[in-house]
Amino acid sequence: MAESLNIPGVESHAHAHEHHDAHHDHHETFLTKYIFSQDHKMIAKQFLVTSIFMAFVAFIMSLFFRLQLAWPNQPFEIMDIFLGKWSDNGILDPNFYLSLVTMHGTIMVFFVLTAGLTGTYANLLIPYQLGVRDMVSPFMNMLSFWFFAVSTIIMLVSIFVESGPASSGWTIYPPLSALPQAIPGSGLGMTLWLVSMALFIISSLLGALNYVATVINCRTKGMKMTRMPLTVWTFMTAAILGILSFPVLLAAALLLIFDRSFGTAFFLSDIFISGQALEQTGGSPVLFQHLFWFLGHPEVYIVLLPALGIASEIIATMSRKPIFGYRAMIASVLAIAFLSFIVWGHHMFVTGMDPFLGSVFTFTTLLIAIPSAIKAFNYITTLWKGNVILSPGMLFAIGIVSMFISGGLTGIILGDSALDINVHHTYFVVAHFHLVMGVAALFGIIAGVYHWFPKLYGRMMNNKLGYVHFWITIISAYGVFWPMHYLGLAGVPRRYYSNTAFPMFDSLQDINVLITIFVIIGGTAQLIFLYNFIYSIFKGPKAPQNPWRATTLEWTTPVEHIHGNWPGEIPEVHRWPYDYSVPGADEDFIPQNVPLSEKEKAENTHH
Amino acid sequence: MAHTASVPSEKGVWGGGVAPFNVSYGKMMMWFFLISDAFTFSSLLISYGVMRNKAENGYWPAPDEVFNHFPFYDGHIKLAFVSLMTFILIMSSVTMVLAVEAGHRFDKKAVVKWMIWTIIGGFAFLGSQAWEWYHFISGTDAGRATGLLLADGSEYIVHGANMHYNEYGAQLFANFFFFITGFHGSHVFSGVVLNIIVLGMVLRGVMEKRGHYEMVEKVGLYWHFVDLVWVFVFTFFYLI
Repeated sequence: MAESLNIPGVESHAHAHEHHDAHHDHHETFLTKYIFSQDHKMIAKQFLVTSIFMAFVAFIMSLFFRLQLAWPNQPFEIMDIFLGKWSDNGILDPNFYLSLVTMHGTIMVFFVLTAGLTGTYANLLIPYQLGVRDMVSPFMNMLSFWFFAVSTIIMLVSIFVESGPASSGWTIYPPLSALPQAIPGSGLGMTLWLVSMALFIISSLLGALNYVATVINCRTKGMKMTRMPLTVWTFMTAAILGILSFPVLLAAALLLIFDRSFGTAFFLSDIFISGQALEQTGGSPVLFQHLFWFLGHPEVYIVLLPALGIASEIIATMSRKPIFGYRAMIASVLAIAFLSFIVWGHHMFVTGMDPFLGSVFTFTTLLIAIPSAIKAFNYITTLWKGNVILSPGMLFAIGIVSMFISGGLTGIILGDSALDINVHHTYFVVAHFHLVMGVAALFGIIAGVYHWFPKLYGRMMNNKLGYVHFWITIISAYGVFWPMHYLGLAGVPRRYYSNTAFPMFDSLQDINVLITIFVIIGGTAQLIFLYNFIYSIFKGPKAPQNPWRATTLEWTTPVEHIHGNWPGEIPEVHRWPYDYSVPGADEDFIPQNVPLSEKEKAENTHH
Repeated sequence: MAHTASVPSEKGVWGGGVAPFNVSYGKMMMWFFLISDAFTFSSLLISYGVMRNKAENGYWPAPDEVFNHFPFYDGHIKLAFVSLMTFILIMSSVTMVLAVEAGHRFDKKAVVKWMIWTIIGGFAFLGSQAWEWYHFISGTDAGRATGLLLADGSEYIVHGANMHYNEYGAQLFANFFFFITGFHGSHVFSGVVLNIIVLGMVLRGVMEKRGHYEMVEKVGLYWHFVDLVWVFVFTFFYLI
């Protein structure tokens, strides 16, 4: 044992900081406290604020292309004001339409959903809920944010380059993305996109290593893996998914950079541009799609799982009931994570894939329905006969489940190759992934903000504004994406600048108008949220220590943030995180740090 | 505090308050990073395999016909030089192991010695790779006749290799060769740099002040990984 006793670093933060006394002063300057902070709580807030900003940027982009889709080729003065040379007397430039779609997707997927969920809540909650002073490597955590920040800035800068930002879709399929002469957006804009994404991958890796190492090494005494809140389970699983899938995107991006800049032929073969043959031969654009979707599909769960974890936590707390099927939930999360690596082919049914291989991917894809259904049923059964408290956070958490179910059902259709081939190029797909991944994960961020605002900023948000925000948001979310299913089933192709050349779609134009009206309403409602968010940071009522009467450890910390989270000893954990409405208990919740009572010990039925 | 930390509680090593694998967070992060990096290399090598499999029959060059040169020797020996390179890299892994082992014994002199040998091995490998690339790029005297005529009526003959074309066959062969061996070489290079940094720390006595040589172990893990990856690159590019 002599050797193992000496293992360095094992002492972990939980113990290394045990002598953290109040008089131990930390001389923090503005720079170290707010800018280059190494405190997980501050880094969480940095991620949150950045991703909220990016969400508005990406939303405004969608507003522009929705205007074009609803009223094709009609001039709007607002376009002239915002888009400058990309607007021809108020009519959106077709190339810039593609750029807007591309940047909307890229920013939403990576800079809002990935960074906003994992960056914010894994940083905030992993140390808080596991009883840890901070991440194992606060310095790497800081680097993680700053790589993300630089990558964000580069992505934003790329919008303003002369030839326009990347415009070959957020999936940047070659050959379009590989050939600068193919489309203006494949010039400098695409280069910046790739640089930005490379930095994003580094940021994601630094963050993920921290999350996983903290969860494995630093749990407080008594915090068995099976006593961790489901949020932490999902953050850890999402981090592992990121560690395993982002490197493959890195490989694809590097190969694409070589194709673009050094004349290689990894993804290119037999291409003629303006009558001229390119010298690249032998490559395959489908290879890129394989590499991309090997990341792309796990990426869906990198954003979705944390949202589902947040839903679990909030729904159990606000139903005053233990989560139904805790271990089944963990197993489902792990099963979804595993399956997510063997289903990427369902994005590629229309690439000329061997039908037999297609059926294999159909099979693995449909398998995901099983753990997903387990999760959906467990949410509903947790709600069932609970003492439901409909706080804004709870409403959005239920909204996640609603989106997860209605978007998931169309996932079963799209996972089947025989059906997917018919609707793959249509708005049906747009409707599906926006509901199940986009809105569900966005609701995860918002639900988290409402629920953990007291832990983020020490104040409460306004409930009434929260209710208004929720109802307008969910109605317009369905108002936007539900009709898109009909457009898709009617065959309206996605990514098209306008469909005026196809008379058969003329009768569907009203649906597009309806969708755009809902976009405007839903977008406006987010201003209510923004107001509530900013106002409450400064003027909201001071939060009590445990406003939701929750059991998890973050609510045992003082309201004011302190370095090291707990002023004295770190609490020890004696029970699982879902002791709500325990029969015979004094209150309807028992925090994790409360020792078992004599009665409980005698019954020995405890987790 | 380190002592209490690694004593398992009555709930077993997973009960919290303990690092279950008895591994520091730094080493754990290194392991996870290596898994991540392994996925990058795997995707590159699988891409190579797929594209080679798709190539027209006979158009893909036989590696042992391409890499059959040896410095200061005019004849052809198949794969001799790359075998030497592989041997050098594996030996540098051995010296790395010895450095780690010396670190466990707190034998600073031995750590320094074996680290220096590892660094020399790393540079030797990089130098060999530069020669290998040079040979590949400059090509053979005969080259490959293309059947195309130049303006002066002579036939256009391709010599050596670059990203656009090469005398050996498929364009992708050279593309993947440059990319994957280059990507691996950049890993070796960063490994050498890390080794030099850690060697400097050892010389300054940082490890003794810390009471452990774990830093040597961590760069050791990275170094062995780079070595292992080379074994796969060697297998895919030269042997198969």
